[in-house]
Amino acid sequence: MIKTIKQVELKVNNEGYLTDFSQWTKEIGAEIAKEHEIEMTDKHWEVINWIQEKVAANEPLSIRGIKKSGVIDIKQFYALFPGGPLKVSTKIAGVPKPKSCI
Amino acid sequence: MKNLVILGAGTAGTMMANHLVSKLPKKEWKISIVDQYKTHYYQPGFLFLPFDIYNEDQVKKVGKKFIPKGVNYIQQKIEKIDAENNLIELDNGTLAYDLLIIATGSKIAPDEVEGMMSTEWKKSIFDFYTYEGALALRDKLRDWKGGKLVVHITEMPIKCPVAPLEFAFLADSYFEKKGMRDKVEITYVTPLSGAFTKEISSKALGYLLEEKNIKLVTDFAIEKVDFKNKKIVDYVDQEVPYDLLVTVPTNMGDEVMERSELGDDLNFVPTHPKTLQSIDHENIFVIGDATNVPASKAGSVAHFQAETLTDNILLYINGKPLKEEFDGHANCFIETGKNKALLIDFNYEQEPVTGTFPFAGIGPLRLLKESILNHWGKLAFRWIYWNMLLKGISIPFVSRNMSTSGKNINK
Repeated sequence: MIKTIKQVELKVNNEGYLTDFSQWTKEIGAEIAKEHEIEMTDKHWEVINWIQEKVAANEPLSIRGIKKSGVIDIKQFYALFPGGPLKVSTKIAGVPKPKSCI
Repeated sequence: MKNLVILGAGTAGTMMANHLVSKLPKKEWKISIVDQYKTHYYQPGFLFLPFDIYNEDQVKKVGKKFIPKGVNYIQQKIEKIDAENNLIELDNGTLAYDLLIIATGSKIAPDEVEGMMSTEWKKSIFDFYTYEGALALRDKLRDWKGGKLVVHITEMPIKCPVAPLEFAFLADSYFEKKGMRDKVEITYVTPLSGAFTKEISSKALGYLLEEKNIKLVTDFAIEKVDFKNKKIVDYVDQEVPYDLLVTVPTNMGDEVMERSELGDDLNFVPTHPKTLQSIDHENIFVIGDATNVPASKAGSVAHFQAETLTDNILLYINGKPLKEEFDGHANCFIETGKNKALLIDFNYEQEPVTGTFPFAGIGPLRLLKESILNHWGKLAFRWIYWNMLLKGISIPFVSRNMSTSGKNINK
């Protein structure tokens, strides 16, 4: 599927996750955040950077990982990305939704 | 004489011993396998114990029986892996290695969540990922008069990610058969965003929960078990009350990884996802649940990994480049209750889809679709496990790499 944000045609899956990370920019991330009614702050970006680093290192993402990230605690994570924080934050980060079996 | 040491005599370690014993020259290599436990459990059978479908004897055997002749079996606790000096510290002495295979698996860690390992553990809070837990739950269910049954996953990854879903389906069947389904309210609570998270399986299987009248609570990241008031509470103060909590606690790798500083924050060992070589030490390989690779933690995965790993061990010994071949292949039967099951076959890249297995068009098994034949397949698997899988015998027509043949894949 193709989704257009700021005149850029982005490759996304049916759930709206970018399928080609090379298309991601901070501006696009901020636009995706707006769709979830999130106004990005420095703290949000700190979490997004951390997520992108984990994914680049092939490390699985989990709520526990957030707890041990040193960036944020879980209560704050929920407050920053309401409604399924891992789901929402990974979409903003332009990385795949965390894996599960089926 | 060189030493190859395998840590762990579970599914993956036992298979590796069986694969390697005939392939390594006996005059050059001594193979040892270390495990502190005497009993080998058929872990997929734990799902059936609580519902009296299997009995104790069907899920356990003496582990030694499956260790091949010519392999040195050391029944001791592993204290530490000293990877810098290629040494294993055991309960009683040390063991040097030239090549190490870590197959120490994963286990539940209920004490990771506040209130889970409370005075109510095995009274109103149960697991079914251990032999003892499954039996305690069986005894509880036999006399249970009904109420709120909550089936819960603490966090991912877990061994056999579909097992809790199967538990909920089998519970529905079990209580219906006992004529008390109307007295039991079943709720499935998951940290994921859905019971079936992948798009195709969600479409194919969405009806199952509704049909079985199982409530679903998603995105539930548990903060604590309030065992006094019988409810689980998450980080946004969402609460789910229970009378009987069947939880899948946090799954972690063996503590020996923490002691040896070889694991990640869940004690899983950082492993190359395609070669199964340790990221940090080139003479260490990792297999099965002990790895951090993003594949399912399931026996079938260990089975497919074992074939790739055997090739890679031989390549490594001969100084040749490793095969980057393991594709995350998993193949699982999923019990849906009422003597039906479905089958999924997938890998790192390909999500489970519909189709036929193992032969295109012919099957005889159907993917992502309930059938009685799939249920028989699941039951037959216990025999296959004890008689073929553990011995390192390939299952006919099922290759280590996932086949796309017979699968309805939209390209």
